Amino acid sequence: MDIHEYQAKELLSKFGVPIARGGLAYSPEQATYRATEIGGSKWVVKAQIHSGARGKAGGIKVCSNDTEIEKAAEGLLGKKLATHQTGPAGKLVSRLYIEEATDIAKEIYLALVMDRATERIMVVASAAGGMEIEEISAKQPDTIIRVSVDPAVGMQQFQAREVAYGLGVDPEIINKLVPTIMACYRAFRDLDATMVEINPLVITKEKNLVALDAKMSFDDNALFRRPHIAELRDKSQEDPRETYASDRGLAYVGLDGDIGCVVNGAGLAMATLDMIKLAGGEPANFLDIGGGASPERVAKSFKAVLKDKNVKALLLNVFAGINRCDWVAKGVVDAVNDLNIKLPVVVRLAGTNVEEGRRILDESGLTVITAETLAEAAEKAVAAAKAA
Amino acid sequence: MAIFINENTPVLIQGFTGRIGTFHAQEMIDYGTNVVGGVTPGKGGTSHLGRPVFNTMKGAAQETGAEASIVFVPPPFAADAIMEAADAGIKYCVCITDGIPAQDMIRVKRYMRRYKKENRMVLTGPNCAGTISPGKAMLGIMPGHIYLPGRVGIIGRSGTLGYEAAAQLKALGIGVSTSVGIGGDPINGSSFRDILEHFENDPETDAVLMIGEIGGPQEAEGGQYARDNMKKPVAAYIAGLSAPKGRRMGHAGAIISAFGESAPEKVEILKSCGVSIAPTPSEMGSTVAAMLSKMQKVA
Repeated sequence: MDIHEYQAKELLSKFGVPIARGGLAYSPEQATYRATEIGGSKWVVKAQIHSGARGKAGGIKVCSNDTEIEKAAEGLLGKKLATHQTGPAGKLVSRLYIEEATDIAKEIYLALVMDRATERIMVVASAAGGMEIEEISAKQPDTIIRVSVDPAVGMQQFQAREVAYGLGVDPEIINKLVPTIMACYRAFRDLDATMVEINPLVITKEKNLVALDAKMSFDDNALFRRPHIAELRDKSQEDPRETYASDRGLAYVGLDGDIGCVVNGAGLAMATLDMIKLAGGEPANFLDIGGGASPERVAKSFKAVLKDKNVKALLLNVFAGINRCDWVAKGVVDAVNDLNIKLPVVVRLAGTNVEEGRRILDESGLTVITAETLAEAAEKAVAAAKAA
Repeated sequence: MAIFINENTPVLIQGFTGRIGTFHAQEMIDYGTNVVGGVTPGKGGTSHLGRPVFNTMKGAAQETGAEASIVFVPPPFAADAIMEAADAGIKYCVCITDGIPAQDMIRVKRYMRRYKKENRMVLTGPNCAGTISPGKAMLGIMPGHIYLPGRVGIIGRSGTLGYEAAAQLKALGIGVSTSVGIGGDPINGSSFRDILEHFENDPETDAVLMIGEIGGPQEAEGGQYARDNMKKPVAAYIAGLSAPKGRRMGHAGAIISAFGESAPEKVEILKSCGVSIAPTPSEMGSTVAAMLSKMQKVA
């Protein structure tokens, strides 16, 4: 789960990460009020969306009076902002973060991630913070500092010092940087994060350290024990199709095609999308209904997939183990009847009681298109979508 | 002898008396697995499915001589259950539980390193369908009847895609020595590379099918291991070849992810390591069949 910049800053500052003064605004009026509250003569109006690279997309405006703040706020609120991380559809801006402007002397990149290769929390840092960090890491990978943390003892001071000295900052900054790195680690560990990213971490002209931007992502599997993090979820930042499905316990990812897919198991679901593409079609979604494809879950999944108005054909691919095919077939028949589905439905069943499952579909009187193999199912679904 | 489990391996069920544990324990017993008991804290001293229930893994292992266990414990307590199995001297543990926090798995992996390699428990999963040595024993939740006994090893992340492969092999008359689910979680007990090593050393396995996915470095590592250390041929299918570039937050993922995490990159690496690639998921069986007939010609 992702959260907004202002939320990440609030969390991190509780652990001791230095941030600039700022406040949240939902309207242009509130934005100017926040600026007055903060004081000073220069502010930054920042669109709050779940994405980085907002600056390049015009989501960050530096302002020096109320008129400019109002204008910036009006220009951003209620609009969709598209960055290269959001994709072309963009994400809705409904909140702004107003922050005092910072005099930047140097920008550092600091992140903590869950590293799959070492199976540990890893600190990643670079003396070249800012917007070009991915380019730098690709061209000069040796300039990226990486330190992995032993989970038995947690991050040690010396490791934070190694990172801080490695970044080549002035000696008076070291004593501020080391506790900041340790604070990020504690936040990562204690909140079950999967990513903390501060880019840039700024050294100001007054030799202070400020987290100018902050991003955090969290482990969905750990939200049960982090209720205060779960509360930070902002559904307006999600694909509405995905929100609908996830609220019903379905793993759904929206795509751009016209074949709605319902599959049991993530790997088989991915393989099904591969087959559709190979057959010349475009999947509308990824949907894993989980190992047990009960009739209720089949109905729920069909409903979720049909929320997408681009869908022209449905493909159900279930490899049944304990969830026998006859049971799944009954679920399909009920769902097609109850939801009054008019679109072509291609059903491929395999595994336990497959003959019985096919018999139920054949005798249902429904115009369900059946397929025996994965390849056949994909071809039939693509043909059905093209004919529709 | 297959790998990890056979008809004689004494097995304990962790989370024995719960609804899911009970159902699958019965399925495993029906398949012929030597289930010798189970653990549910608080229910020690009782009997379930005609087998003894224990409060602790240590007690259960001492009483029954169990060598393997399977975990059906819910996510908040599953990491604890795995570590308990490791401490009780269990040699092979399968964790079925889906939804374990990643930091719990980091701790599990670190904890297991306190044992010397020769005494260290092998963990497969979490979030997997388990392991089956067809015709001998099943330590998992798969439909046992789709596996034909034979001499091909299967390693896969996904449960149902593994079933798909087993069914394709069965349709071609090709049997399986052992099928091992390593699970779909980012941090898992054993990697492709770890299991390939076991298959390479198993006299009852002739060839191996790897079923991978996008994300993470383990498929590429497996390919490199096969090239450098294996005499047996390896085939692979990687799911997610058509997956769109994921939306993401921030740069950190891009910075740490090495070459070889997307499906096309994985295929390229595996090919260069001499692994036979199934170009589509419906050709997993035929790719293995072609590899086996090539072996016979060489022999």
